[in-house]
Amino acid sequence: MSRTGARLDAKKVNSELFTLTYGALVTQLLKDYENVEDVNKQLERMGYNMGIRLIEDFLARTGSGRCYDFRDTAEKIQSGFKIFLGITPTITNWSPAGDAFSLCFETNPLTEFVELPDHCLNLKYCNILTGVLRGACEMVQMEVASWFLQDQLKNDSVTEIRVKFVKRLEDAIPAGED
Amino acid sequence: MVIYGVYIVSKSGGLIFNHDHNVPKVETERTFTYPLDIQLNYENKKIVVAFGQKDGIKVGHVLTSVNKNPVNGRELDDGRDVLDMLSNAENFPILLKFSRSKMTTNEKIFLASMFYPLFAIASQLSPEPKCSGIEVLEADTFRLYCYQTLTGVKFMVVAEPTQAGMDILLKRVYELYADYALKNPFYSLEMPIRCELFETHLQTLLETVEKSGISNV
Repeated sequence: MSRTGARLDAKKVNSELFTLTYGALVTQLLKDYENVEDVNKQLERMGYNMGIRLIEDFLARTGSGRCYDFRDTAEKIQSGFKIFLGITPTITNWSPAGDAFSLCFETNPLTEFVELPDHCLNLKYCNILTGVLRGACEMVQMEVASWFLQDQLKNDSVTEIRVKFVKRLEDAIPAGED
Repeated sequence: MVIYGVYIVSKSGGLIFNHDHNVPKVETERTFTYPLDIQLNYENKKIVVAFGQKDGIKVGHVLTSVNKNPVNGRELDDGRDVLDMLSNAENFPILLKFSRSKMTTNEKIFLASMFYPLFAIASQLSPEPKCSGIEVLEADTFRLYCYQTLTGVKFMVVAEPTQAGMDILLKRVYELYADYALKNPFYSLEMPIRCELFETHLQTLLETVEKSGISNV
């Protein structure tokens, strides 16, 4: 991603600093909102705001075309995780209708040092990711829903995000593609 | 090789960015004696040459100053009406400066929103579905290249007809937009782009392309 001399080398930014920053964000939200459900909602909303911007970066850099099948979408999402988080989730558990799949993470830079305390077991620590998915897909005129099925922070063996196709946002499709 | 300008139109059809890169300035100044041998008309709040083109002053050029005083609309700064002055022999000889009329920001916004339906019509004219819409618009003096992203943002470059590689340039401008506009947390989507970093990087990109071609970016 480094293009000009003056730019930071994106690959050299310490990932632990990123993990810490995210941790500080979540704990501050917990202090500010007290209610765990509200924190989940706020994280999702933040993710959404990131997703609607991040998608342009993804498209500009990869030059990928439009998806006409949810399986294409799944692959693009997978490569998005590779580009922005440096991890490659596995795509599994396709629904028979082909409109829902799971992303399974073995490792997750967001949760590297995290242990959930007892009073916030309902916290979806990485809920920002579901927001990013929703925002990014919405900008390419696709409504998706996503949620956590399993979480390594809650002693599951993997972290699993379920992604479901809801509908194409026909009204928003730009000229020439409808 | 000249690139004249870059425009960005948001997905709702509003102009959110424009950059005049290299529009050659044409100015002619001359002393005139009575009676004036050029016909002037007042239209669109400008005094325009209507007939009688000579010495580099062409039909369509705009009167910008009289005796070194700038013209605003049809008046000078001191409130004198320019057309009245020019019909009065006492004011001659007189020094008049003409230049090619420049598009105002309002006119650009207007034209950008006109392009939006044009693009939609073009894609509907296609016999095949999934038509890209206007990609190149060609005229004798310029070529307009347009690239619409999957999210519906349109990037446009107006350049000399001989300038090559503009489709690649558009994708590079898209990358700059993703970097310096969208990653700036204080930029709100769909709003006019007022980001200095974006402008400076765009400027450098355009200069490199003009000087050493598209292969070097």
